[in-house]
Amino acid sequence: MKFSDGVKDGLPIGLGYFAVSFSFGIAGSAKLLSWPLVTLISMTNLTSAGQFAGLQIMTDAAGTFIEMALATFFINLRYSLMAISLSQKVSPDFGTTKRLLLATGITDEIFAVAMSKKSVTPIYFLGLMTLPYIGWSSGTAVGAICGEILPAIVTNALGVALYGMFVAIVVPQMKVHKPTIFAVTIAVALSCAFKFVPALSCVSVGFAIIICALVASLAAAALFPMKPENDEGATK
Amino acid sequence: MNIDLQTYAIYLLVMAGVTLFLRAVPFILLRKKLKSVFWSSFLAYVPYTVLSAMTVPAIFFATDSRITGISALASAVIASLLGGGLVTVAVVSCLTVLGVDGLLLIL
Repeated sequence: MKFSDGVKDGLPIGLGYFAVSFSFGIAGSAKLLSWPLVTLISMTNLTSAGQFAGLQIMTDAAGTFIEMALATFFINLRYSLMAISLSQKVSPDFGTTKRLLLATGITDEIFAVAMSKKSVTPIYFLGLMTLPYIGWSSGTAVGAICGEILPAIVTNALGVALYGMFVAIVVPQMKVHKPTIFAVTIAVALSCAFKFVPALSCVSVGFAIIICALVASLAAAALFPMKPENDEGATK
Repeated sequence: MNIDLQTYAIYLLVMAGVTLFLRAVPFILLRKKLKSVFWSSFLAYVPYTVLSAMTVPAIFFATDSRITGISALASAVIASLLGGGLVTVAVVSCLTVLGVDGLLLIL
């Protein structure tokens, strides 16, 4: 698995990230941050939901550093689960320094693509995260610079780009692996409960996502364990 | 800009620091192969349950109206079932919102 294989697999993610981070750039410039400051957030974080929440807290007069730390922690805690999963998958030459340097590449989409491979080498993973990183950073910059001039109807439409990508990752897996439908149904039902049941709606969004994912994944693992030779239900 | 540069820098440091910590520490420390079928199945389900919980119902509130949000999800699922990749599906859902918004304007 060469660097170029990773770059090739990372291309669609990079293009998608450009579109999604474009909307983050627009959101940042709407909060009156100058474009280099908005772009720096994307370059140092490489997260979607976490950054949007962070931007909100940062520019909110009532936001505190503690709130920033807690919100970031809960919204991004899923990356720890992904890091553990990925750790099972990477090749033996993935040393401590490489893990530290490449850990930033553990995002929802890069992780999902890496997990569909038999084994992941450091150079492949570096290739895989290269275009998404460039796409995410440059999309933010372009969005922040020219976001102001786009009509509201266009920025409104760009708001669903991120979710479109999520759907494109989940649905194909549901097609090839039926128990994933069960897991996704539970996750969605719980997530809706956190949003619409008054007693539960006080739970923060980040924390709610973690509970949904934990409960749904535990239930699916207990009822439909995956066979070791097909441990990820992967198609490739 | 409504915050000063120093406040921005501290926020950025907190945000980036917590995020890197969450990714790097488990990645570096948990290296042994999991023997348990239960826990490896659990971890394999995680990306799909996280992403679906993040998408529904949030996508319904990502746009100005519920109608466009619901059509965005429906069109994304259909595009994905038909074999569309990441970019195709994202573009289809954005275009659906544009189209439905346009229709609502006309009606």
